[in-house]
Amino acid sequence: MIGALRSELLKLTTTRAWWILALVLFAYVGFTAAALALLFGALGDQLAEQPGSTPLPMDTLAPLVYSTVTAIGYVFPLILGTLAVTSEVRNQTLTPTFLSQPGRGRVLLAKLIVLAGAGALYGVVGLLASMGAGAVILELTGNAAGLESSDTWALAGRTVLAMALWAVVGVGIGSLIQNQVAAIVVVLAFTQFIEPILRFGATIWDWTAAVGRFLPGAASDALVGASIYTAFGMSGTVEPLEWWQGGLVLLAIAAAAAAAGYLTAWRRDIT
Amino acid sequence: MTGTTIEFRALSKHFGPVRAVDDLSFTVQPGVVTGFLGPNGAGKTTTLRMLLGLVRPTSGSATFGGVPYRELPRPLATVGTALEAASFNPGRTARDHLRVYAAAAGIPKPNIDRALGLTGISEAAGRRVGGFSLGMRQRLGLSFALLGDPGVLVLDEPINGLDPEGIRWIRGLLQKLAAEGRTVLVSSHLLSEVQQSVDSVVIISRGRIVHEGSLDSLAPDTVVMVDSPDRAGLRVALAGAGVPAVESDAGFAVTGAEASDLGAIALRASVPLSLLKPEHAGLEDVFLRLVGSGEGTGR
Repeated sequence: MIGALRSELLKLTTTRAWWILALVLFAYVGFTAAALALLFGALGDQLAEQPGSTPLPMDTLAPLVYSTVTAIGYVFPLILGTLAVTSEVRNQTLTPTFLSQPGRGRVLLAKLIVLAGAGALYGVVGLLASMGAGAVILELTGNAAGLESSDTWALAGRTVLAMALWAVVGVGIGSLIQNQVAAIVVVLAFTQFIEPILRFGATIWDWTAAVGRFLPGAASDALVGASIYTAFGMSGTVEPLEWWQGGLVLLAIAAAAAAAGYLTAWRRDIT
Repeated sequence: MTGTTIEFRALSKHFGPVRAVDDLSFTVQPGVVTGFLGPNGAGKTTTLRMLLGLVRPTSGSATFGGVPYRELPRPLATVGTALEAASFNPGRTARDHLRVYAAAAGIPKPNIDRALGLTGISEAAGRRVGGFSLGMRQRLGLSFALLGDPGVLVLDEPINGLDPEGIRWIRGLLQKLAAEGRTVLVSSHLLSEVQQSVDSVVIISRGRIVHEGSLDSLAPDTVVMVDSPDRAGLRVALAGAGVPAVESDAGFAVTGAEASDLGAIALRASVPLSLLKPEHAGLEDVFLRLVGSGEGTGR
């Protein structure tokens, strides 16, 4: 098993995709966190003074900014996990993989563990960006950065966990949709377009909102405990899931995707 | 270094109504190079992939001395495999490609450079595989096969894409590996490609064996060329033994006698020989006839 883990780690580190994605994640999250901190940090007072507007609860501003890692950045570990499988199918490297390690379940397990680690690393990279840029700007605009608060660090820990789980979901999706282009299109379409619309649409009735809480992105936001989505009342009157419930929902999605991938794709003939 | 035998027992693979591999049984011996021949689509690759646990047989078995590939305790150190020239991540260097699989199989690091050296691509080890020629990819594929210093080698079309120098090199390598006592199974769709490097052949067509044995047995009407500095003496000796011979500038072309018989005749007549060579004239014709009519030819 140690060998299988080392092999999967080498697969990840000997190609460029992982650090390119990490770099883009850092820049994207850093920019978005800075923009949010600047917007609400500088204009928050004026927005609150507007008659009839719902005042933004200022004590949630720091978590809102820091949680951009998962709110917008979760697609990065998801894609990394997907690529970890589809690139093997695309390049036909499952053949040497299974020749050197005929235990296929072991290969999949090693891949899941290594990708979870990579996802956690992405969580740290994203937090460096969101907390680095966000905290400075919040302080400069006279808001609480909350770096001394244990709540902030608990959120950071849950962010790392969520990002790890997203990478695991990615491995499951890559196993189910083995065509690389199709898999990436599905991932991008679902995360950037379909799920946001579903989550917005789900707020119309209470019962749909109750179901909508179980969408993967909503579960991830619940796990982390803050998100730009939930900050604007998109969850309606229905209580969002507890953080641990969100974590379990995301874990269940990841486990189901990985198990389905194993039962379908990983036992197939390699031709 | 002694390889185990490779044993195919009533191996079959059906894709729907298509019998891609149909009841194959044969044994590959160590110490010789065995050619696994047949036209494209005859079922060679499917057979090899079943042997290596990549494709599940419909029925039957393929084992290494009785042990299926998936149950080998140290697969890469027991069986070395080169399947097709395309199984690389183009963004990975040649050395990293080998590192990934050496790690998975628990192969020690020094073996990586050794395998790269054996196939003559040490200098390209740090380059990304995406920029490799087909010939270099073949060599990297062979490096993967040799990674664990295995006693058994299974190579699918290893000569494809090699230049003439590469072809000569791989023939020498295969002979050397077999001479060391390893089991060497080499597939090809061209008999002429492996004719000079194989000791024994298994020919399949449409999933069934159409011939198994030595190359000599493939063409029973073998012509033996024999010549001597003492032409007249040899002519008398051959005539005396009642062997039909056709004389030409190149010597005598003899049909219906083994080279060993002719040697004995010359020895008894005390005629020195300058040439004694069986020639497989028309071997390719026999091969094409065999594979062209896979049905009905039987075993």
